[in-house]
Amino acid sequence: MELRSSLGRARGLGSAKEGVGHWWAQRLSAIALVPLSIWFVIAAVSLSGADYAAFQAWMSVFGNALLMILTVVVLFYHATLGMQVVIEDYVHHPFWTPALLIGVRFVLYALAASSVLAVVLVSMEG
Amino acid sequence: MVEFNLPPNSRIKEGKTWPVAAGAKRLKRFKIYRYDPEAGENPRLDTFDIDLDACGPMVLDALIKIKNEIDPTLTFRRSCREGVCGSCAFNIDGTNTLACIKAIDDINGDVRIYPLPHLPVVKDLVCDLSVPYAQLRLIQPWLQADTPPPARERLQSPEEREKLDGLWECILCFCCQTSCPSYWWNGDRYLGPAILLQAYRWIADSRDEATGERLDALNDPFRVFRCHTIMNCTSTCPKHLNPGKAIAEIKYLLARRTM
Repeated sequence: MELRSSLGRARGLGSAKEGVGHWWAQRLSAIALVPLSIWFVIAAVSLSGADYAAFQAWMSVFGNALLMILTVVVLFYHATLGMQVVIEDYVHHPFWTPALLIGVRFVLYALAASSVLAVVLVSMEG
Repeated sequence: MVEFNLPPNSRIKEGKTWPVAAGAKRLKRFKIYRYDPEAGENPRLDTFDIDLDACGPMVLDALIKIKNEIDPTLTFRRSCREGVCGSCAFNIDGTNTLACIKAIDDINGDVRIYPLPHLPVVKDLVCDLSVPYAQLRLIQPWLQADTPPPARERLQSPEEREKLDGLWECILCFCCQTSCPSYWWNGDRYLGPAILLQAYRWIADSRDEATGERLDALNDPFRVFRCHTIMNCTSTCPKHLNPGKAIAEIKYLLARRTM
């Protein structure tokens, strides 16, 4: 039974005095992804049908490797921020909410690091 | 976790079909949500056939006619009957709006009337607004200034006053508040469009000196940033206001003061 006043419920734990940072980072990474995604699609189309040697040569160009690393880092960062919002929106549970927030962060950061490592290794080959 | 099962009393049964008045020619069918928490039964949808030749033009006219002539136990809030008080906000024909300014002729097919979504129902079309009212109190909707008041009044230029247009007209009917999916899922922590429009009304007021404290109170992942610009609020507002824009202004000011 809950006999707490409506005002007490509305005030809750008070303002976190933060939240705009997350919102701004989400907007910033979204803006960055507009040119990066266009570049990525153009690159993928231009490389369609290419064999591994051609792809490796393309990836060893400094600008291509740089843009590829930027794309995966910004993409996974943006995905982390977005997944956080989805979990906060829909998962209301004393254990699962923090557990999922931590788990999603670990998985997406690991994916970002492995993508960066793959770009570095492929571009350094040969 | 996410709840997939409906809470108790969500399932609506087919209700009573009330007899048609003798000699009625131009009939319109009204399907109205009925629920009495104390009766221990699920809600039901009652059917009323109304003679439009013997009824006023608005949905509220039909509700009042039903209460006066057919079923006096039908429970709903109403007062001004001209879109100023905000009492008769219901979900009509799938959209939250005011019954007093919604014309019956604008609705194709049956007129379906439910209480505002996702609030506890007190009886029939009356829902419990105590949490939204408490949230309104939280944002302190009154002028706050440390400068002592001048002899006559705190002055405002016409340009400064213009910034309040589109904000002061809000009548707190909570149509927008209860149309927002984010408010449905997180209504205990997200303040909702009606309250945030009020909050911005005081942030935008040139006479108010508590802008910083107001922004501090709003800077929270849930209080403001649960708004995902779904824009149901703006499309449903019966006064044609734009709560979505007011929330965007708050977000902009919160970001602006960090750079």
